[in-house]
Amino acid sequence: MINFEYTRASSVKSATEARTKHKTSQFIAGGTNLVDLMKKGVTAPERLIDINALPLKEVKSDAKGVTIGALVPNSVAAEHELIRTKHPLLSMALNAGASAQLRNMATVGGNIMQRTRCPYFYDITMPCNKRNPNSGCGAIDGYNRMHAIFGASEQCIAVHPSDMCVALAALNASVHISNNGKERSIAFADFHRLPGTTPELDNNLQAGELITAVHIPANHFNKAYYLKVRDRLSYAFALVSVAVALEVKNGIIQSASIAMGGVAHKPWRLYDVEKFLVRKSVTQDVFTEAAAIAMNGAKTYQHNNFKIKLGMASVVEALTKATS
Amino acid sequence: MLTEEQNNSGQESRRNFLKKSTAIAALTAASPLLVKAAENDEKIASYFEKIPLLLEINGKPYSLSVEPRTTLLDLLREQIGLTGTKKGCDHGQCGCCTVHVDGRRINSCLSLAVTNHGKKITTIEGLANGDQLHPMQEAFMKHDGFQCGYCTPGQIMSAIGCIREGHANSPEDIREYMSGNICRCGAYPNIIDAIVEVKKGGKAV
Repeated sequence: MINFEYTRASSVKSATEARTKHKTSQFIAGGTNLVDLMKKGVTAPERLIDINALPLKEVKSDAKGVTIGALVPNSVAAEHELIRTKHPLLSMALNAGASAQLRNMATVGGNIMQRTRCPYFYDITMPCNKRNPNSGCGAIDGYNRMHAIFGASEQCIAVHPSDMCVALAALNASVHISNNGKERSIAFADFHRLPGTTPELDNNLQAGELITAVHIPANHFNKAYYLKVRDRLSYAFALVSVAVALEVKNGIIQSASIAMGGVAHKPWRLYDVEKFLVRKSVTQDVFTEAAAIAMNGAKTYQHNNFKIKLGMASVVEALTKATS
Repeated sequence: MLTEEQNNSGQESRRNFLKKSTAIAALTAASPLLVKAAENDEKIASYFEKIPLLLEINGKPYSLSVEPRTTLLDLLREQIGLTGTKKGCDHGQCGCCTVHVDGRRINSCLSLAVTNHGKKITTIEGLANGDQLHPMQEAFMKHDGFQCGYCTPGQIMSAIGCIREGHANSPEDIREYMSGNICRCGAYPNIIDAIVEVKKGGKAV
């Protein structure tokens, strides 16, 4: 690992000021992704700003919803009483991600900021427009079994690897951000972006901005399920995943919010499926029709054609599990 | 120590020191090249700057000085000499390097030592009480929870975490919550038996 300068931030304001001042700096919290990327030479910040001492470790609830501090570890969020009772979908997604050790280290903010696990991004001898803009995409004509089927571009077909973010997208969460004393928030669906011609940008965060919390608004969903399909039963990234949140009354779906993981550069909301499901009854026929709609517009590559069939089966399975 | 503000002021004095010591200050107007050289010197000096770090390791306080890029794993093995914690993949995928930080299991290979300032670290060497092995160590021996033994320190540290976190209630539960520890000899059934026994024994771990 190339050495770097290191400082500990004592306040959100001083952290963001330092980040703005030092252009090649990065924030570090759990480090589970960043340290790995630095070891591999994928990224080499000249300065790390340690934000672990900042007061962003609370999970709070009020009439508007639940707010999770950016430095809350993934394991703490997954097990937290407020999350387990009010947003079990998020607990399920968190527990489906990584290993117990990594969940103890990784923070909620860091989970949102994690980079793709595309092997061409990680291998610095390979071309990758995300790691090295205009160097080409190794995956597009390479071994692209894990890659996107929605929203990809000629420059990048990587997928976002998070489980937590898929659930947060389905729960209509928002990301709270601070920069030099100024606060703003971004709807979760608008936080991550599609690769387009600038795949080096994973999200819409501006230079110097720090995620301080995630807010999940109160909702009426009474059925939820997070389905993750992977090459082994545990501790692997998703081939596809489906986060389902439904409000069901007397067997009729009142509202639906569904997102998929492992299929796009960002958590992929199934807006057309959500519209279709409203006022439909809870039946396998309805779910099968929903699954077909879910795959509208999918574009596959040489090795990931299986994701269409798997995606459809997963949507049916997730809806079935959520309502059974 | 070492807050962003303090570090900045520290840099100012270092810059001044370098400028003075190399007698560049007097030449500033005449030679921008030399000023550039002094700034590069500063950069190089700071790259090798070690960071003071206080840790408690297996109950013993340590006042250390480490390069920022040193992982907790490398610190334990190379600087402290606690080689019980193993380096397997060095990328958080195998679990060999599992230690407890403030009682919680983590992968020490993906944790920069400096980010653990003030924390309590427990390694495999810190489990036994004198000659009295930890119940999990005894159970691993009794159930033959290993073959080559390389992953064993990480497995034992993780197994203790698994019980503490309340996720050792069934073999299925244990398999899921121990999935961050790989055993290439395939001792998994015996590892699970060991954990089940310790959990059933009800002793505090």
